[in-house]
Amino acid sequence: MIEAVGLTKRYGDKTAVYNLSFQVRPGAVTGFLGPNGSGKSTTMRMILGLDNPTSGQVTIGGFPYRKLPNAPRQVGALLDAKAVHGGRSARSHLLSLAQLSGIPARRVDEVLGVVGLQDVARKRSKGFSLGMGQRLGIAAALLGDPQVLLFDEPVNGLDPEGILWVRNLMKALAAEGRTVFVSSHLMSEMALTADHLIVIGRGQLLSDMSVRDFISANSADFARVRTPDTEPQLREKLTSALTEAGGHVLPEQDGGLRVTGLPLPRISDIAHDTDVRLWELSPHQASLEEAYMRMTQGAVDYRSTIDQKAGLMQPVPPGAQPPMPVPGQGQPGWYAPPSPAQGGQPFAMGQPPANPYGAPNPYAAPAAPDGAVPGPYGPPTPVAPQTPPQPPQDAPPAADAAPAAPASAPTPDLTKPEDAR
Amino acid sequence: MSTPQLPMPPAAAPNWQAANGPSYGGYTSPIPVVRTHLGHALASEWTKIKSVRSTIWTLGVFVVLVLGIGLLAAVVVSNSSSEMNGENPLSLGFFGLLLGLMCIITLGVLTTASEYGTGMIRTTMTACPSRARVLAAKSIVFFAVAFVVTLVTTSFIAFVDASLLKDNGAKDPSAGEWLKGTLGVSLYIALLGLLSLIVGSIIRHSAGAITIMIGAVLAPLVVALFMFSQSLENVRQALFEYSIPNQLSVFYSNSLSESGPSGWDPLWIIVGVTAVAFAGAVALLEKRDV
Repeated sequence: MIEAVGLTKRYGDKTAVYNLSFQVRPGAVTGFLGPNGSGKSTTMRMILGLDNPTSGQVTIGGFPYRKLPNAPRQVGALLDAKAVHGGRSARSHLLSLAQLSGIPARRVDEVLGVVGLQDVARKRSKGFSLGMGQRLGIAAALLGDPQVLLFDEPVNGLDPEGILWVRNLMKALAAEGRTVFVSSHLMSEMALTADHLIVIGRGQLLSDMSVRDFISANSADFARVRTPDTEPQLREKLTSALTEAGGHVLPEQDGGLRVTGLPLPRISDIAHDTDVRLWELSPHQASLEEAYMRMTQGAVDYRSTIDQKAGLMQPVPPGAQPPMPVPGQGQPGWYAPPSPAQGGQPFAMGQPPANPYGAPNPYAAPAAPDGAVPGPYGPPTPVAPQTPPQPPQDAPPAADAAPAAPASAPTPDLTKPEDAR
Repeated sequence: MSTPQLPMPPAAAPNWQAANGPSYGGYTSPIPVVRTHLGHALASEWTKIKSVRSTIWTLGVFVVLVLGIGLLAAVVVSNSSSEMNGENPLSLGFFGLLLGLMCIITLGVLTTASEYGTGMIRTTMTACPSRARVLAAKSIVFFAVAFVVTLVTTSFIAFVDASLLKDNGAKDPSAGEWLKGTLGVSLYIALLGLLSLIVGSIIRHSAGAITIMIGAVLAPLVVALFMFSQSLENVRQALFEYSIPNQLSVFYSNSLSESGPSGWDPLWIIVGVTAVAFAGAVALLEKRDV
């Protein structure tokens, strides 16, 4: 059990971690997420007593790390795979740590076998690949057979087989009743591994909930709609009809449309009424990545800008179309479909009455029989997102900055490329 | 493929997971828990210092310099017609030792600073939250290694020099001179290396700490060279007398001056400086973030 209370760390006038309180419970894998520079590693170092908190405290089993009896036997950590002396062999490295912690030397060969490094045990770790370094770091963490394990980016540089191994290892360690605290940037990996998520941004706690609650609280599911590629005017027609009906439409790069705010049957009805054939109408469940992007978009410190190549571009020849932007590049809100708070429950086929937001839900499917679409869209969990619900007007002003950004979908501007033809 | 062998899935791992099921709530390791003490840290530091090549290289170069220059000087003097005129024959070991000093300084700094350079220090401090214990263990192990190597080397060269120069009119060194020329210089050199280790722990940067230590050895002499002014005469004299090369030569009783430290004084000076530096390093270590 790791418990942080009001944890704060300042470096000069920069606050790396501010007033962080959370608990990491035994018997589960707890994911620790946050953008670069959000204070994850600082928090991990404070848990391990390497950095002293400016205020607040963090304890493991009730003790601050440096007061913990037999600390290396209770806590194992992988902080940085490169935190070894490159001139030392893997075995000597682990042996020195084992001796320091009072662990019998044969345990070294055991963990070398567990991480699969027994054949290179006597090679200097300088020549190790990133993945082998990670394995060595994991071996060091497992050395004391501890009940609390911390891993900072454990799957960095591992091959697919290694990633699978780490995933199973984390789950097995948690199943034995240990506390496992893992930070990672690989959302797909976290979705598979973690049971619980702690998300921080700019050093503050953004969320502390189970993975399932996190996804449903921070994302809206959407429908993918494709009109025949051969008739672009159908797409425009459908777009405006869906927008009129109150849906939010984002174009996708391959010509499909991403629709939120309308249930699937309604989309089908609208298409039918406007005489548009559909090639695809599919439900899409938001991934952890999308939920995470949505939650942390306001807390990202290092964000890429569009590569303008100002003054370097050839003038576009008359009549030529500007290229479609690649999804996610410089398009604010790409990963942020309207939150459940503003768009209502877009695909709430099952039990629409439970509207946590008080207002009548205009998009609830009127004619959908109960259980007609069992599919991936379960009843929305009435979890109030920790971020204040953003007013729907947020998106268009942001989109104004980039005229080509399709985030301004509701306006007819979207179809400019086709109009220009 | 980085690893030729399939890593064992955790389910197949040895006994360490069969002991307690999830029903227990927490997890208890079957490996017996030992209360750790300085002895564990000493064993760990011994493993560390002997498993890196920089130890072999710096100590190897040290031995080659001390033996090589010491022998060369003795052979040249004994083959020439020059007379030692009753001087101490052990003093010919001084030049090799002065150069070899740099190797000991380098090794001392690397013992601590390389852990900061590689990030290893965070792994070490996680495995042993008692930071003072880690520094103490490093100090003891390094001091022992440096002292033993220096003692063996200087003793050997002292015997060779004394026997080679017997015919050139060198005097027979007294027991005190033997002791100072072997045990005394070895303690002094090892303590100077220990001081470098402590500086490495304070500076946390290999190149910076090595520069500081070599500067500390050379700078007083160089600065003193340029103090022509009469009013600075006393400062100049003090810089000369308390410079590390001159203190080292005191052990061979061929100091550049008569008024400065004499006898075993340099040893007490370096013991005092090192003790103060050690206390400062421990205080900093406890206070700073790793």
